[in-house]
Order: sequence, then C-alpha cells, then structure tokens
Amino acid sequence: MEPLIALLIGVLFAAGIYSLLRRSIVKLVIGVVLISQGANLLVFTSGGLLAGRPALVEAGATVLEAPFGDPLPQAMVLTAIVIGFGLTAFLLALVCRAHEAVGDDDINAFDNTDT
Amino acid sequence: MKYFILGHAGRILFPALIILSLIVLYRGHNLPGGGFIGGLMAATAYILVGLGSTMQAAKAKLRVDPVTLLAVGLAIAIISGLPGMLGGDPFLTGEWLPTFYLPLLGAVHLGTPLIFDVGVYLVVIGFTLHTTFFLSELAESDTEEGTD
Amino acid sequence: MPVSLLISLLFIFGAALVAPSLCRLFKDKGGCLLSLAPFAAFGLLLSQSGAIAAGESIRYHIEWFSSLGCAFSLRLDGLALLMGLLVTGIGGLIVLYASGYMHGHPRLGRFYLYLLSFMGAMLGLVLSDNLIVLFVFWELTSITSYLLIGFNHEEKISRWKALMALLTTGLGAMAMLAGFLIIGQVSGSYELSEINGMGDLLQGSPFYTAMVLLVLGGAFTKSAQVPFHFWLPNAMAAPTPVSAYLHSATMVKAGVFLLARLNPSLGGMPLWENTLAIFGSVTLLLAVVLGLFQKDLKAILAYTTLGVLGLLTMLLGIGTEYAIKAMVGFLLGHALYKAALFMVAGSVDHETGTRDVTLLRGLRRLMPITAMAGGLAALSMSGLPPFFGFIGKELIYKAGVKLGGLELYFLVAAFVGNFLMMALALKAGIGPFFGKENNDALPKKPHEAPVTMWIGPVLLGVIGLVLGLLPFLVTDSIVAPAIGSILGGAIPEIKLALWHGFNLPLLLSVFTVAGGFGLFMLRGKFWAVADPVRAAIRPWGAEAMYERIFNGTIWLSKAQTRCLQTGRLHDYVFMIVAVTVGFLIWAIVNYGGLQFEMDWAQFDPIKVGLVLIMIVATIVAVTASAYMTVLVALGTVGFGVALIFVYYGAPDLAITQLLVETLTVVLFMFVILRLPPLKSMSSMATKIRDAILASTFGGLMTLLVLKAVNIQFDHAISEKLAAMSYPEAKGKNVVNVILVDFRALDTLGEIVVVAAAALGIAALVATGFKKKKGAAS
Repeated sequence: MEPLIALLIGVLFAAGIYSLLRRSIVKLVIGVVLISQGANLLVFTSGGLLAGRPALVEAGATVLEAPFGDPLPQAMVLTAIVIGFGLTAFLLALVCRAHEAVGDDDINAFDNTDT
Repeated sequence: MKYFILGHAGRILFPALIILSLIVLYRGHNLPGGGFIGGLMAATAYILVGLGSTMQAAKAKLRVDPVTLLAVGLAIAIISGLPGMLGGDPFLTGEWLPTFYLPLLGAVHLGTPLIFDVGVYLVVIGFTLHTTFFLSELAESDTEEGTD
Repeated sequence: MPVSLLISLLFIFGAALVAPSLCRLFKDKGGCLLSLAPFAAFGLLLSQSGAIAAGESIRYHIEWFSSLGCAFSLRLDGLALLMGLLVTGIGGLIVLYASGYMHGHPRLGRFYLYLLSFMGAMLGLVLSDNLIVLFVFWELTSITSYLLIGFNHEEKISRWKALMALLTTGLGAMAMLAGFLIIGQVSGSYELSEINGMGDLLQGSPFYTAMVLLVLGGAFTKSAQVPFHFWLPNAMAAPTPVSAYLHSATMVKAGVFLLARLNPSLGGMPLWENTLAIFGSVTLLLAVVLGLFQKDLKAILAYTTLGVLGLLTMLLGIGTEYAIKAMVGFLLGHALYKAALFMVAGSVDHETGTRDVTLLRGLRRLMPITAMAGGLAALSMSGLPPFFGFIGKELIYKAGVKLGGLELYFLVAAFVGNFLMMALALKAGIGPFFGKENNDALPKKPHEAPVTMWIGPVLLGVIGLVLGLLPFLVTDSIVAPAIGSILGGAIPEIKLALWHGFNLPLLLSVFTVAGGFGLFMLRGKFWAVADPVRAAIRPWGAEAMYERIFNGTIWLSKAQTRCLQTGRLHDYVFMIVAVTVGFLIWAIVNYGGLQFEMDWAQFDPIKVGLVLIMIVATIVAVTASAYMTVLVALGTVGFGVALIFVYYGAPDLAITQLLVETLTVVLFMFVILRLPPLKSMSSMATKIRDAILASTFGGLMTLLVLKAVNIQFDHAISEKLAAMSYPEAKGKNVVNVILVDFRALDTLGEIVVVAAAALGIAALVATGFKKKKGAAS
C-alpha cells in the first residue's frame, strides 16, 4: 500500500501548496489544513505500515509482542494533530478578524499595516 | 430552540458524553484514549449543546471561563511534574501509588502521569471551547449586524 | 598572584559601572575619583613586574566551555605587562584629563562608562591567554570605541565616521576569528601559551597561508595598515581624550599587539615577514607624506600615529632581534609622547577654540605649562637626545644597518619616515607655541588649561625625558621581558643607552634631525597647497573606495529588497517552495538510488478505493467554488486519514483525528457564514504556473516517502519504549505512555503551545470587539 499512500501524500502536499498560492484567505486555511494532513501521514508512514497491530499490551501480558505499529511516530502524530487543530482554529479566528478589519478576502488587499 | 432534534439530542447525550470522556481519560493509559481524546470528547459535548440551542447556553452550562480551565489544566500538568523532583529524579518523572483493587475498575494504578493527563484534558477542553465560543460570537454578531 | 589579574580587570569594569552615579553625585570631581581605578590596576600590575623580570609568567585560569577547549584564562608575561601598564597608566591620566576637558558636559557619566568599559576591554585583550577570550575582548573594544568615536552623536558626520571605524575593524575581526578557529583546529588548543610552543606544527600545516592571511585581516584593520588606514584619521571625530587614548596608546596598538603575540607561533616564515614588512613600510611612507598636507592639529597627529603603526609592523616583519628591540623601545616611547601630544592638542583646542595650525602660534606666553608639555613630547617624538624617543630611533637604525641587499629598502623607508615624522612632531608640538602671537585671530581668548588637563601631558613628557636619561629604569624590568615574549624565548640581555659612540646610526640621526627641521621650516609651502592636493588624491584613496563599497551594498540590498520583498504572500510562498523544490531535486539527483519494489498483492481493493476517494476529495477541496463543497471534501479527506490510522494499528490517532475533524468542520462553519463567496482572483497563467510548481513539489514528496519507507529504520528506541511501557510506567497503551510519561515534557510543551494559541485568540477578541463597539456608537 505504501506507493499509493505516498501518492496520496504527494497529492495532499500539491493541493495544499496550490491552495496556499491562491489569493483568498479561506484558501490559505484550506492549504494549511491539507498540508498538515499530508505531513501527519508522512510521519506516520515513515514509521512503517503494519496492518492491524496497535501498540497495546495484551490483557494479562506484561510485554508487547512484535510485530506492532511503531508507537513513537504515532505519539508524534498525535501531538501534531492537536497542534494542527490549534493552528487551524487560530487561523480561522485570524481570518475572521482580518476580514472584519480589511473588508476583503483578497490577501493582496492586506498591504496596509494601519488597518 | 433552533434545531429540535439537535437540541434534544444535545440535552440527552450531554451527561453520557461527559462520563464517556472521563472514562476515556482514565483508561487511556492501558487502552486507546487519554487526555487529548477525552478533552476533545468533553468539548464536543458542550458544542453539541451549543449547536442545539445557543452557545450562550453552552457557556452557562460550563459555568467557568474556558481560559480559566486552560490555566488550571496547565498548572495541574506542571505540578504533576514536581513530585518526581522530590525524589531527585528529573522534572516530570512518573511516581506511582501502590496498586490497589476496586470493584468494577479492577487493578487501579494512580500516579502522576494520570494527573498530567488530567491537565492535558482540561487544556484541550479550555482551548477548544474558547475558540468555538469566540468564533460563534463573531458569527452571531455578524448576523445581528446584517439584520440592522 | 594570579588572581590579581582578574582583580585589576574588575577594578576597571567596576569603575565603569559606577561611573554614571559617581558623576551624578560629584559632577566633575567624579572623574578624579574614577581615575583611581586604573591607577590601582596599574599598581597591581606593576607589583607583579618582579616575577615577570625573573622570567616567570602569571596565569589565571577558570574553566568555561571546557568541551570546546575554551577557558577564561588570563596570562601576564613581558608583552602583556608592557601593554597592560600603558593601558592602565595612560588610561588613568586620560580619565583625569577628561574631567577637565569634558567639564560640565551633560553626558559625562555616560562618557566615563564608555571610556572605562573600553579600558577594561583593552586590558582584557592584552591579558587574555585564550584566543576566544581575546576575540571577545577585541570585539568589545570595537563596540566601545564605536560609542566613543560617535559620542557627539547629534552630528551626522560623527555617526558616519564611528560606523566606518566599526565596520572596518568589525569585518577584519570576522576574518581574524576564522583565522583563530583554523589555528585552534590545527593546534588543538586555543590557549596562546600552548600555541606559541607549536610554531613548527602551525607552519607545517597546509592551512598556514589561510590562517596568516585571516589573522592579518584582523590585525591590519585594527592597526589601520594600508589599505585600511582611512578609518583612523576619520576617528578623530571623537572627543580629544578619546583620540589621545584610543588612537595613541591602546586600540590601534591592538593589531600590532596581536601580531607580536602570534609572532612566536606564526612568525619566521617568508609569507609572514614579507607581508608585514612591506605593508608596514607602505603605511609608514603614505602616512607621513599625507601628514605633511594636514592643517588640523589632530589630523597631523593621527597621520603620525598611522606612520608609527606602519613602522612597528615593519619592524615586526623584519623580525631580527634588533628589530624587535627597536619595536618594543619605539612602542613604549611612542605611547608616552603621542598621548601627551594629543592631550596638548586637546588643551589648545579647548582654550583657543580652533585646531587649525595655520592660525595657532605664539601661545607659549599664555599657556606656558601646556607649551612645556608639548615641547617635551615633541622633542621626544623628534628623536632628539636626551629623550627616550632618541633611543627608540637609534634602535631602529641599528636594526636597519644590519640589513643587506634589497632589504636596505626598509632602512630607507625608516629614514624617510623618521625625518618626515620629526617635521610633523614639530608642527604639532612646537609650532602652536612659538613664533609671533596671533591671539586676535583665534575664536577664543586663550589662557592656561586647568591642572587636570596639564598634569597628564607634563607627567608623560617628563617620563620620556627621565627614561631617556636613565633607561635602566625600564630595561630589565619591562622592555627585556617584552622582547622575550615576542621572540618566544628567554629574556635577552639588553642595554639601552643614549650614547653608542660615533657610528652609522648616529650619522643617520643627524641627517634625520636636519631633514626634519628643514621640512618644518618649509611647512607654510605645504599648507598653501594642502587643500587642492587633498582634494586631488581623494577620489583614488581608500576612503573613496570604502564609500563606494558602502553605497554599493546599500544599493544592492535595496534592489534585492525591491525584487524579493514584494509584500505579496503569493510571491513569498512561491519562492520558498521553488527553492525547496530545487534543493530536493539536487538531493535526489545526488543521492539518487531510488528503487522500490511493488508488491501488488498487498493492494487491498477497499484501501485502494479509500485512497482514490481521498485523492478526488483533495482535488475537489482546492478547485470547488462553493464553501459547502469544499467543507465536505475537506471532511472526507480528514475522515479518510482517520480510516488509514485505523487500518494501520493506530486507534488513538484515529479517534483524535475523527474528533478534530468534526470540530474543524464546526469551526469552519462559523467562519464561512461571515465571508463573501469564493471567487477566482488569479489569472489563468498564474494558476497554471502555481499548479506546475505545486505538482512538482507533491511529486517530490511522493518520491521522498517512497524512499523513506524503503529505508530500514532502526526501531531500537521504539522497541525499548514498548518493552519498558508496562513494567516501568504501568501502562499498556504505549502511545499514551510515551505522551504522558516517557516524553511528557514534549507534551507539556505542546499544551503550552495550545494555550498560547488560545491567548492569541483572546487577544483578537479584545481588539476585535473594542473596535466593533467604537464603530457602532
């Protein structure tokens, strides 16, 4: 499956970058969301994909038996998801305020520091 | 009441969701779950209430300011790192009480990592609700402006 | 006692710290009090001279970054003692002098803060035994001298000249640091006392040329050797006490000091000797010739200082024992008389209101003490017996007549330099006081300077005379040990005396005096043409070059700002991505080897379908024109990612992702309600260009992932964490255990970030609704 997931990651990044390059502030947020999805998948995939084996110690056992999904990238991605959520939320608030202040959703209109 | 089904569902599901979030928080150490997931669930419960009626209602239900929740959570997380230091270990080293058994729960492990997770739980609730309330207020103020 | 080195440093830095409050409390008297600190340091250093003369060296050492071989170590040897005494002794006199010169100045406290900080830095520089520590103090002298030169910062020209000094010496110091690092790498030590024993290792290294050139970059800029000489005359914008201190005895000597310091390790090779001797001699000749055409008292002195720096560098380059002797003798003599002459020039300026030598004459009746001090110093500088300056000059000629062949050029250069310098000395130290009085043409009615302003020059002048008559006072205790440290051997037996019998050096001295006096009498001829001559050579000078480079740099930065900083997010993102793409392609081409195996069996139709749906949704998310469609597409992508997490054994991630996606959609809804509908704003050409760049980037990411998954990672860390999870952290969910126990500090950092985001939003609320209310009312 890795090649297909790799393709998906590429598409997510490409779409994210394309979105970042648009002039609408909403597209900016969309771009950031897509790129963070891509980045999360990237880290997750780099740890190696193993179908269906969570890193949980079986009931009654004390030691995790191989093979299991690498827990380290998972912990990182979990952090990244929440941070990404924080970033998206903050961006959305910012977009709202910016729109209110500038009265336009065109980033090229955001060239005045006084508004 | 803006949406009938959503409103009722929110009212009925709210206690269940909060309890579920606490369970998820507690069991996170051994099964999928933990502070992040629990916190997001609890926040969802409040947002469900808010969507059903108004965000003001959800706010009233929360009673405290989300920012306060956030600060308390952060403080708890930091304080949970201190006991480890008393024993000469680095900051945030886990310290555990002896394991004991309770009906329903079985073997109970209580320790600073759980307290830390509680901190995370509160921070996530605080952040999510603070953001949601802010954005919804913006949206509502805008609609009011439109009706003027 | 080793710790006395540290104490002497602390004295001066301590005085710098208390200077502003002292000056507020005691006004001008504060200067007299502050001068006690350098004098105390002087006494402390002098008390060590017995041990130094006995051939010992005193070392004070504190570990600092021991892993980097960098320690805070100070060391007092002959050279450091000589320089340290000059820095503190003359420094004390200057502090005293400044209390008169800066009398009633509103920023006196600040002035002393800068001056004493500079003094401390300079003392640290000469005492340091570690190259890194030396560099730190070196930079500190550059910064404090910048503040001092630009002290009259209301004047644009002062600021410009201060910046010139800072940039020139600062850029040189960068080169020097690089040189130091190479020396440290080759020798394995940054301790000067160790490096000086490793001359053969350094000189045999393939990096020898590089380290010499880089170090010379620092030394030549600091000591104003051609072609970096231009900053020194310009630094005369400083208040005169500063010029007297920085540009006579201390800062400009730092370069020469560094060369002398490294002479045992880097010296002795043709590259070192020739570069030093040639650049030194050119500086000497250029400076004294240009000096003839100056009419400003301080400018004349500045050019003679340049000449002396050239001479000292040249002598170091010649490098024979005689030359080093001459260098040390001359260095000492010069420090004494040049500081005195600058102070005299300052007094004259202070009392008459002008520094124009064509106006100044016959002041000896009104300013007798200053005139005496000026005369003593000028005679010492002219190298007349029985002054110490004569001994220095004799030593130079003695070193010169030992040379043969082409090297005789250096003797000629020294001779020409000396007699022109004598003419300049007479111009600066004698000219203003003799001849017919011209008091009516002066801006102020002159009278004698206050005692604080003449005590320093008189004392230095008298010392110059006494040392000339009784040279044994310093021969064994100070001069000989300094020569020993520069040559890197035992302390030599030397004998300084005024009278060496009738010989060639004496004959040269006689010619020097005659020539110098003759030129002095002709001074009017040079002044008559001074302005046109200076105007004519200026466009070809190094200063004009500096201005061209300076303005060129500003032009370049403006041009590149115009073209890179468009103020449009699109352009920035485009540039960043384009550069990243470039590097990625470069990396893939360079480290290529992209092979991976396709295992078609693992393509499960359900997963393939899921990924295909997500790809379509992604494309829809960026191309759709209705918010709702975009939102649904984004949700599809997010839930798809959650499903991938489910398939590959990450239930925690899947649940978190689901919840986050839900909340994101809710938040998006609120925002979208407020915004105008999406519209297409870019032209088709832009879109196509952006799409090509974005697809290239995406394609490269795909290649990168494929390469990454084929690398066999070392899972040792994960396995260790998994094994420890239950026994040590009592948790069966390894992911959660990592988050709250093993890597809890990371998680703490993360929730702090989340909290910061919340605060950011809170700030938006605060500004947002205030404005809203304002608009409504």
